[in-house]
Amino acid sequence: MSSINLIIDGQKVEIEKGMTILEAAKKINVNIPTLCHHDDLCVAGNCRICVVEIEGRNRLEASCATPAEEGMVIKTNSPKVRRSRKTITELLLSEHAEECTKCYKNGNCELQDLTSEYFNENFRFLNLVPDKNYTIDKSSFALQYDPSKCVRCQRCVRTCAEIQGVNAISAAHKGKDMRISTFMEMNFAEVVCTNCGQCITHCPTGALTEHRYFEEIWEAIENPQKHVVVNTAPSVRVALGEPFGLEPGTIVTGQMVAALRKLGFDSILDTNFGADLTIIEEGHELLDRLKRALVDNDKSVKLPMITSCSPGWIKFIEHMFPNSLEHLSTCKSPQQMFGAMAKTYYAEKRGLDPKNIVSVAIMPCTAKKYEANRPEMKSSGYQDVDAGLTTRELALMIKQARIDFTKLEEEKFDSLMGESSGAADVFGATGGVMEAALRTVYELVTGREIPFDGLNITPVRGLDGIKEASIKFENCLPDFKFLEGVEAKCAVAHGLKNARTIMNQVAEGKSPYHFIEVMACPGGCIGGGGQPIPTTDEIRKKRIAAIYREDAGKPIRKSHANPEIIGIYKDYLEKPLGHKSHKLLHTHYTKRNRF
Amino acid sequence: MSKENLKRSDIIFEQYGIKYKVFDRVIEFKSSELIIQELLDSGLKGRGGAGFPTGLKWKFAAQQESPEKIIICNADEGEPGTFKDREILLQVPRKVLSGMGICAKAIGANKGIIYLRGEYEYMLPELQAEVDFFNEHAKEKGLDFNIIIRLGSGAYVCGEETALIESIEGKRGEPRNKPPFPVINGLMEKPTVINNVETFVNVVLINKLGVERFNNLGTTDSRGSKLFSVSGDTKKPGVHELELGMKLSDFVDEFGDGDTKAVQVGGASGYCVPRRDFDKTIIGFEGIPTGGSMMLFNSTRSMYNVLHNFLEFFEEESCGQCTPCRVGTQQLRKGIEAIKSGERSCEYIDDLLKLTDTMKLTAKCGLGQSVGNSFNTIIKNFREEMLY
Repeated sequence: MSSINLIIDGQKVEIEKGMTILEAAKKINVNIPTLCHHDDLCVAGNCRICVVEIEGRNRLEASCATPAEEGMVIKTNSPKVRRSRKTITELLLSEHAEECTKCYKNGNCELQDLTSEYFNENFRFLNLVPDKNYTIDKSSFALQYDPSKCVRCQRCVRTCAEIQGVNAISAAHKGKDMRISTFMEMNFAEVVCTNCGQCITHCPTGALTEHRYFEEIWEAIENPQKHVVVNTAPSVRVALGEPFGLEPGTIVTGQMVAALRKLGFDSILDTNFGADLTIIEEGHELLDRLKRALVDNDKSVKLPMITSCSPGWIKFIEHMFPNSLEHLSTCKSPQQMFGAMAKTYYAEKRGLDPKNIVSVAIMPCTAKKYEANRPEMKSSGYQDVDAGLTTRELALMIKQARIDFTKLEEEKFDSLMGESSGAADVFGATGGVMEAALRTVYELVTGREIPFDGLNITPVRGLDGIKEASIKFENCLPDFKFLEGVEAKCAVAHGLKNARTIMNQVAEGKSPYHFIEVMACPGGCIGGGGQPIPTTDEIRKKRIAAIYREDAGKPIRKSHANPEIIGIYKDYLEKPLGHKSHKLLHTHYTKRNRF
Repeated sequence: MSKENLKRSDIIFEQYGIKYKVFDRVIEFKSSELIIQELLDSGLKGRGGAGFPTGLKWKFAAQQESPEKIIICNADEGEPGTFKDREILLQVPRKVLSGMGICAKAIGANKGIIYLRGEYEYMLPELQAEVDFFNEHAKEKGLDFNIIIRLGSGAYVCGEETALIESIEGKRGEPRNKPPFPVINGLMEKPTVINNVETFVNVVLINKLGVERFNNLGTTDSRGSKLFSVSGDTKKPGVHELELGMKLSDFVDEFGDGDTKAVQVGGASGYCVPRRDFDKTIIGFEGIPTGGSMMLFNSTRSMYNVLHNFLEFFEEESCGQCTPCRVGTQQLRKGIEAIKSGERSCEYIDDLLKLTDTMKLTAKCGLGQSVGNSFNTIIKNFREEMLY
């Protein structure tokens, strides 16, 4: 790579050819404001807030979209630049419903940040909002869209297209009518949307937010008739610190439990228990499929088997590959397994009437909200999960309760469905379900621990879009002699664009794998649509590192070794894939249209 | 007197003799280098309005190493008050195709696309027949070059070259970031030359007349003749071919109705010249450049209405992606309404003028950058009409 030299604000900088002015400036800590730019996405250059002055040019140039050239002399803070940014900010505001005090994103809004820098006491422009006929779309269980807060940066459009390959969101109309819209301008509940919420975490303002349910939860907590059970996903505990100013990747499990107790939940349990349960069921399902395929020569068995923990992924495959649904594991996600158990096993053990139990899941996810409301998720006789809240909603509840989160003493989960293994923790990172499943499956088959250093199956870790691993079964136990010498081939994909690549192979019948893990969001759940904003690759890596630290620090690191899991099979479920399991822990899928 | 000062020319619409004579000669006898060198010597500047030297554009394209290069003829004639390309395509389409063919030889392109304004769909049967004939003819002459026609869908912004490319690619018509410029990375990421219809005709003229005779037309800065689309309060509306570098007063003497109050040069994105400046205004690259639109307004016209009309046009036709253009155009239209109605004081005009400065500085493409041209010149010359 050849390097070039330029001058930014009087400072010399040497950079690689091909970098933009914005990147060059970042290198010497010159901070140029941006709005439509996001590290995850391609360059748009449409908000124009990042304009800079280049000596010898009349016009200002968008620094995010302009390649740095040899000898450029750039001013990022000239009067011309400041005036322009101020005017652009004012223009954006004139189209924007200024309801900061009523806005969910108050305090975490990039437009608000800009206005605090480029504010104008004598705001000049006319208010365009009354001309616009903005209506809020709350049709979706997962997200809501308020066009009056939209700045048309198209980050959501690019996210949905580039990261997820779903294209649920697009720009519609032109000129003054240009807006972010959906197919045929239908509402979000009707279009092909996977509810993944990546658009939300990439939205700079309050235009796209999750559909919020925390007010209902406050009411349930206040209601003495209700027994409110809460369970928290593994990714929440490595990200919840961020809204309270902690460094991304800080593990706050103990503080989170303490905060939930202070909020007034009746029982603080762990989704990880559901994750361990998932591994048991899913591991046995995989072995069952392998046996039926290899021994019984059953042609109806579909391999590869694909994980079903990520509800965004489930909605995606239902829309995009409706003829491949039999490849999906029939296991419910940990959230839904937990919910079904909460209103049956837990209720029985604790002597509670399930109709008085309110089951709340704290998730890094927005698709979980939709999943909780799926009509088939009522196997306990009630809605298995009453509400799914995001990490962000929980942070808000903690703030509303004026709890000084960072100063909390660490506390422990309650018992009965509060115990979990390290294998459940790694569910939060891409490759985690695969790793957890292999730890259990290998041991089931051979009676020995999986031969990776410290149980860490490193090939499935990391942020590569598609990862592969294979493991050979040798010296199998008598029940699994049919697997002797078999090399199990596994793949892991995260982000729906990568999922599509993997699925195209499956749909063509050319997939070389036995077992595939798919997570809808880049990085897995730690990068989910319900996580604190912002999320970038740098932050994803830190959260993932924390997940593996949490795993490594657990005394029990295999799902089948979790004593509460052993207990639930002994006391209640009897055996994996048994009658009760099928009724409560397994589900079916729906073919959907592509439009 | 006026008629002597105004040099008419009628080489563009001159009917051809033998089919593709100039084209054949160029393909047979001229090298790529020679074609480009002559073009550079001729000083030809693009006829779409921006005035980029055509020879230079072709030279860049020729330097690109790519197995595939593309030539696009921009026939998305959308500027209000412009209708010259329509006449060219109706009367002398062969010259346009020849120009594209010569370009193909010069830069080594194998694919040509005519991006035809959607409203010109009625031309399609005849134009397609001409294109089919040309394709066959080029093949016979050993030129590996094939032209197809694509219809636009009615967005003004798609006349902007990169939005046009996006449109052909089947995407939303939004201008791209530049660089990279189309000659480096254009349609389907291939080196692409985009020229206006009239530019291709001029290429043929240069090859027909020779550089010297071409250079005798017009002035040093503005070589050649130019088609003007004359409309508004005139007794001679229509397309007229005139040499560049004329005085606006001479033009008005010829085309005005004796009561001309202002001329809008270059369409909605051009400049408004009031009567008192007719004498000192030159039409050409040394004065006011134009894609050819000349709208004459007499004293019965309200310049407020003229401006309001332009602004309504822009707020509709902005692609809407960049802030200064999308919101700026709305603010300008609503702003002059607020001043007219008294909702805002007359000083607000100055705020709006500052806004157009910002739009010029920061808008992503030529559309947003040039809204201020008509706005500023109309406001500055007819400020009182905005208020009363």
